[in-house]
Amino acid sequence: MNEIALLIAATLASGTPLAIAGMGLLLNEKAGVLNLGAEGMMLVAAIAGFAAAFTTGSDTLAFLAGAAAGGLLAAAFGALVIWLNTNQYATGLAVSLFGYGFSAFVGVEFVGKKLAERSAFEVPLLADIPLLGPALFKQHPMVYLAIGLMFALIWFLYRSRAGLVLRAIGESPESAHALGYKVRWIRLGAVIAGGALCGVAGAFLSVVYAPLWVEGLVAGRGWIALALTTFATWRPVRVLLGAYLFGGVTMLQFALQGAGVDVSSQLLAMLPYLATIVVLALISRNPAWIRINMPASLGKSFHPGT
Amino acid sequence: MLTFNKRSLLRWGGFACLASAAALVGCGKKEEPAKPAAQAAPAAAPKAEPFKAAWVYVGPVGDAGWTYAHDVGRKAVEAEFGDKVKTTFVEKVPEGADAERVIRDLAAQGNKIIFATSFGFMEQMVKVASEFPDVRFEHATGYKTAPNLRIYDAKFYEDAYLAGVVAGSVTKTNTLGFVASFPIPEVLRNINAFTLGAQSVNPKVKTKVVWVSSWFDPPKESEAAQSMINGGADVLLQNTDSSAVLQTAEKNGKFAFGWDSDMSTVAPKAHLASCVVIWDGYYKKAVKEAMDGSWKTERTVWGVKEGQNALAKIADFVPEAAKKKVDEVKAGMKAGTFEVFTGPIHGTDGKEMLAKGVMADQGWKDKVDFYVKGVEGKIPSGK
Repeated sequence: MNEIALLIAATLASGTPLAIAGMGLLLNEKAGVLNLGAEGMMLVAAIAGFAAAFTTGSDTLAFLAGAAAGGLLAAAFGALVIWLNTNQYATGLAVSLFGYGFSAFVGVEFVGKKLAERSAFEVPLLADIPLLGPALFKQHPMVYLAIGLMFALIWFLYRSRAGLVLRAIGESPESAHALGYKVRWIRLGAVIAGGALCGVAGAFLSVVYAPLWVEGLVAGRGWIALALTTFATWRPVRVLLGAYLFGGVTMLQFALQGAGVDVSSQLLAMLPYLATIVVLALISRNPAWIRINMPASLGKSFHPGT
Repeated sequence: MLTFNKRSLLRWGGFACLASAAALVGCGKKEEPAKPAAQAAPAAAPKAEPFKAAWVYVGPVGDAGWTYAHDVGRKAVEAEFGDKVKTTFVEKVPEGADAERVIRDLAAQGNKIIFATSFGFMEQMVKVASEFPDVRFEHATGYKTAPNLRIYDAKFYEDAYLAGVVAGSVTKTNTLGFVASFPIPEVLRNINAFTLGAQSVNPKVKTKVVWVSSWFDPPKESEAAQSMINGGADVLLQNTDSSAVLQTAEKNGKFAFGWDSDMSTVAPKAHLASCVVIWDGYYKKAVKEAMDGSWKTERTVWGVKEGQNALAKIADFVPEAAKKKVDEVKAGMKAGTFEVFTGPIHGTDGKEMLAKGVMADQGWKDKVDFYVKGVEGKIPSGK
């Protein structure tokens, strides 16, 4: 039983960066911008966060630095796709590649460096509950923040006026423009916010999860977060659950290997991707559902003059 | 008229790119005379040209692991030969078509000996070696040779065995963990040696293995280590190149080893010892042979005896009995009387793989494709 509790704990930690990045991308996509540069933003944020944590010893500064780095790169991306109307897919890919190389270049001196030791986190009373304690309450605060973020995002998107405007822009920027909203500025705001969230996820990876920096640390998690957002049909709860599902099956496949289960490790390594795609595709298989939830202007550029 | 639109940006951007490319090419020509545009080295040299040696690395020099150790060896060559040798290296070369281009480039630039430091460079080395008969090629951990291509390796399994002796003495749960990269004989030898070493002091030991399908992926190595710790392992070893496993062990209050280089500073509480490889001696010998003409195709596998492998920085808190046993085994290795793979050795199904008293020869060791009894799980098929 203890092993299951530990597995749940590992799932929460493993799924958190995916969840945070996924929700940042959700914000982008609800506004109609497809951000393929997520991986690059996570990478520059990871090195920014690691560098900040290494030089100042403060986790908070590290997360702020990560958010700033992700936000900056997102701002550049936003300027390109929103004002210069470059193709969103191509620009996003270019940003990802740039982020990979730039982070590797800047991070050269930080490879092999070690961060100061941090004490284990736990929620004061709840962590002592026999099974649930180690499973749920011995996590880094960012794990709980991710869950809080999901609720905040739901409130923002579906219960606030600002969120309504954002969704409107994502559905039909022309109509929103006709109503007098500054479509491009609001879109830029969404892109920067989403990039900052990807940045927080990236910093979490380099400062908390695998506390070291190497080139390519993010190892494709940005792309997984992107896929998650799509498979979860742009619903925040499903993004969070999908992230935990992916993280959980990843840890499960390692646990199975360690237990000596008689299945090829390559097949087990495929499991996280398979499981996430299958489950999310099943729960979102209603085509009408997809039509309702997908922002209609996703990926299309907007010209205010037309 | 300065307009900020896509067209004008593209125009100015294009000019800027062309200008900077021209500047870079111009500067490049001045600062790096060692990279001639033409093929062979200049024929008429006023004084002796330094002997050029090149290294091809699969990872970054800063990995503080596999590639770092090779680079230390390269620097030892520079220190030994001074002006007579000029070394270069290319790092982070992916195993594949890119590697072929890099190796061919280095040969064309006048390097007379090229070391490729990863198994995955094998086919590319064979191909380029056939095109440059005057250049000597050395491939680490491979098995294909040619008149101008030879192979070298280290006895990592001796380090793994010594680590196993320490692990078997320190473990409280009698469960060890191994984070493994790919199921090739080298890795299987290490897993088996680790287990055999542990069993020599603690016959009840079992080893869990998790495959991460990569030589270097710190987050994945962390996850693999964490899952084995969750499953009860309290001493870990890895043959992947980063310190992630050590750090995960420290986070959980368990123990682990450094691999490829001295990782004692990374996790002082968890670090039991580091399995190191010291390429200095071999690289100096190889370059010397290439320079004085005594280089010939052969296979060199050095280990503890020649000072190429060692178990370094054994922690103070390791029990004295374990340290004594390690010294005993080391002395046997140095004297040539101790062989890690000495029978009886049985596979997980009980089948006898090596008869009692028989010391395995190189051929047996090259073809290891099984787990010894005590290792849990099944070997994934394929590479």
